Amino acid sequence: MQNLMEWIQEPGLTHFLLVSAVLFSFGVFAMVTRRNAIQVLMGIELILNSANINFVAFSRYSWGSLDGQVIAIFVIILAAAEAAIALAIILNIYQNFNTVNVDEINKLRD
Amino acid sequence: MDLTTVVFYVFALVTIGSSAVVVFSKNIVYSAFALLFAFFGVAGLYALMMADFLAVTQLLIYVGGILVLVLFGVMLTTNVLDVQLRSGTMHILPALLIVGALAAVLFMVFWSTDWTLVRELASVEQTGPEIGELFLTRYLLPFEIASVILLVALIGAAMIARRERKA
Repeated sequence: MQNLMEWIQEPGLTHFLLVSAVLFSFGVFAMVTRRNAIQVLMGIELILNSANINFVAFSRYSWGSLDGQVIAIFVIILAAAEAAIALAIILNIYQNFNTVNVDEINKLRD
Repeated sequence: MDLTTVVFYVFALVTIGSSAVVVFSKNIVYSAFALLFAFFGVAGLYALMMADFLAVTQLLIYVGGILVLVLFGVMLTTNVLDVQLRSGTMHILPALLIVGALAAVLFMVFWSTDWTLVRELASVEQTGPEIGELFLTRYLLPFEIASVILLVALIGAAMIARRERKA
């Protein structure tokens, strides 16, 4: 019990990792259960953010190398590209099918 | 309980709480706005981990760019004027089971691993100059590839979204 109180009072590596684990689980849940394609995309963003938290946390609690932060920046760059492309595709799907629910889109062309 | 601890829990709560709203909210506009606070909380966590440059980048790109893009997507693909803004869910129960198991495994791994931590954390003044140096030395090739990928994504997104329909 004493240990637990001490652990709670001193945020360290494990705390950040646990936060990222929660974010990751939420992201996977959104990806699996949501029907709207944009909300699936939001789930992906949450997952990318949780991975980034891990990278930065390990970079912080290592011997002072910044490699993790550089990788996190690359992840942010790719997330921006991915969001742009995905939203363009979703707009196109909406024009063709008049819906963005992923379970109703079952044809590659009309 | 010192200030760092309080700030950590505030940001962690903001992040987790608003990402819960993102996932569980029935209204997609609420989810989009809750995503803003989730990104903001993550930026705070970065700042707490002495990643100042990354925190600002997170704010600029995620909150300023990606979120605006997502909001545009929401507004363009949902009939905002209708009441029907709700988005359905499916397979709630199996998803809950599987994601719960996944979260439990992750928690157990993170909790039980005996991380060999450095005794004294390196003191960080500012990370910007060092990150810039890393980009131009060790990560030069990925840096250039990333810039090309951004260009390709930009042109590709514009092309896909602007294609006129033959009708």
